[in-house]
Amino acid sequence: MIEFQSVTKRYPDGTVAVDALDLTIDAGKITVLVGPSGCGKTTSLRMINRMVEASSGTILVNGADVRAQRPATLRRGIGYVIQNAGLFPHRTVVDNIATVPILLGTKKAAARRRAEELLDTVGLPRELGGRYPAQLSGGQQQRVGVARALAADPPVLLMDEPFSAVDPVVRDDLQEELLRLQSELGKTIVFVTHDIDEAIKLGDKVAVLRVGGTLAQYDTPATLLAKPVDDFVASFVGRDRGYRALGFLSAHGAQIAPLSTVPLGSPVDAARAALENGWAVVVDEGKAPLGWVSSTSLSTVEGELRSADLVSGGSLYAADAKSGSLRTALDAALSSPSGIGIAVDSDGAVAGGVTAESVLKALDEARRSGGVPS
Amino acid sequence: MNWILDHIPDLLAASGDHLQLALIPVVVGLVLSLPLGWVANRWTVARAIMVPVSGLLYTIPSLALFVMMPLLLGTKILDPINVQAALTVYTVALLVRSIADALAAVPESVVQAASAMGYRTAGRFFAVELPLAVPVLVAGVRVAAVSNISLVAVGQIIGVGGLGYFLLHGAQTSPPNFQEIIAGIALIVVLALIVDGLLALAGRALTPWTRQQVGRAGGGRRSRAVVVK
Repeated sequence: MIEFQSVTKRYPDGTVAVDALDLTIDAGKITVLVGPSGCGKTTSLRMINRMVEASSGTILVNGADVRAQRPATLRRGIGYVIQNAGLFPHRTVVDNIATVPILLGTKKAAARRRAEELLDTVGLPRELGGRYPAQLSGGQQQRVGVARALAADPPVLLMDEPFSAVDPVVRDDLQEELLRLQSELGKTIVFVTHDIDEAIKLGDKVAVLRVGGTLAQYDTPATLLAKPVDDFVASFVGRDRGYRALGFLSAHGAQIAPLSTVPLGSPVDAARAALENGWAVVVDEGKAPLGWVSSTSLSTVEGELRSADLVSGGSLYAADAKSGSLRTALDAALSSPSGIGIAVDSDGAVAGGVTAESVLKALDEARRSGGVPS
Repeated sequence: MNWILDHIPDLLAASGDHLQLALIPVVVGLVLSLPLGWVANRWTVARAIMVPVSGLLYTIPSLALFVMMPLLLGTKILDPINVQAALTVYTVALLVRSIADALAAVPESVVQAASAMGYRTAGRFFAVELPLAVPVLVAGVRVAAVSNISLVAVGQIIGVGGLGYFLLHGAQTSPPNFQEIIAGIALIVVLALIVDGLLALAGRALTPWTRQQVGRAGGGRRSRAVVVK
């Protein structure tokens, strides 16, 4: 657990970066500090490992005042991931990762073995261990940065906009990877970003800071989206927050109706017979959806149904309660050419269909039963 | 050629002296410049004073510096220390700026990361900043070494000049002994080329990472492209 007690950072020129911040960060969770530039989020993060010294107030890490230790000693016990990875260009990947264990006195050979294991942990092939950072892509460098921060197995991990310099696709991968890692490691992670979507995706709790370094709201992502405390938070979390809030409700509540399916390669006449309200889903041998056929699309087709004859489908969503959300269900319905979103089971086979109406009905029920924060 | 063949042992011995006179100051100058360069990089005020002053030192004519040394150091006029001390001054004058620039070129994110990993100031300097400064540093050391090898000859004016002896002696002989003069000049040039080449090789051996740049990383000097998936 990390505790900010009335922490203030005032620079010699009088600027106040952080103003009497009180914040309790839960152990074993991801806490995201988010806000516009100048809100003191990075300063707050860096006061935890004393890269920036607080002007007043106290920061406790697991009950101990950070000022009780020398900065270098304190920092060796706290993982730190920096924007652009900040890898040492003159050291190989393995030696970069082994930095902190070696500083802590681990023998070089043992530290390197541990570093190679960490390559597995962050999803990099071990062959990369002998390369220099300049030989890696941005995303790979960032993974090495995470491995380096984890090397001494610190209980606390500080991440300062670690994914902001990589392209959106790679960023998405890295975010998924971080969530997967966290589900295995259960570190206390403090994550700084200016991207509210990233905050909502990663955070168990999100602290929204406003310019001048004060806390605007500190809540779970779902509550933040549903009940922003004021106009600043509302505008910061964004215009489509109502839609994004659906991401926190399980798709389980949405009623799935049976869908008419046709295997690829069936006679066109059989496909015509299978149409329901003018549409049917075409599936492969594993019953995975390939696309749609409609009375219009079939009117010019003869013989057997080929993949070229299909109308391409919309997004899919997982019907099982664990991974599917009302947001993905609604998106499936809205993006489908037939207006019916396809639900798939854990094997990827068609489980049924949902309409936008059934998603909204599920939302209504969740509201009444208290499933939506209010 | 007769003179050269007759004097090979003398030429070799003088070459050895010459190298010693030129290179000991490089080593001493390097050791002195490291903390000075670090200070110049660390504090803006120090840099504003030290870089111009070291530039100024380099403009003092070598002859003037050589003859001043016995006065400054209280040494005997023929003591080789006079030459070595003067050349050390030139080396420091060249390297302080090199080192300050090289350290300033280390990316701030890397320095920050090193601090955040738990390096203290001295550890960070030797483990991170200095290795990254090596390419620029080696360039400075090569200039200083070659410059010193040529300047040693001037020391012959105060009686300590390694191969410079043959230049002066050959010129003062009547008629001038051109074989002797040319042998001296040629050896000085050869020594400079060899030392420069060895330092360049050493620099490459110390910085394997600079040869492994991918195009993306700005196409570092003489980069061999390595394909990464």
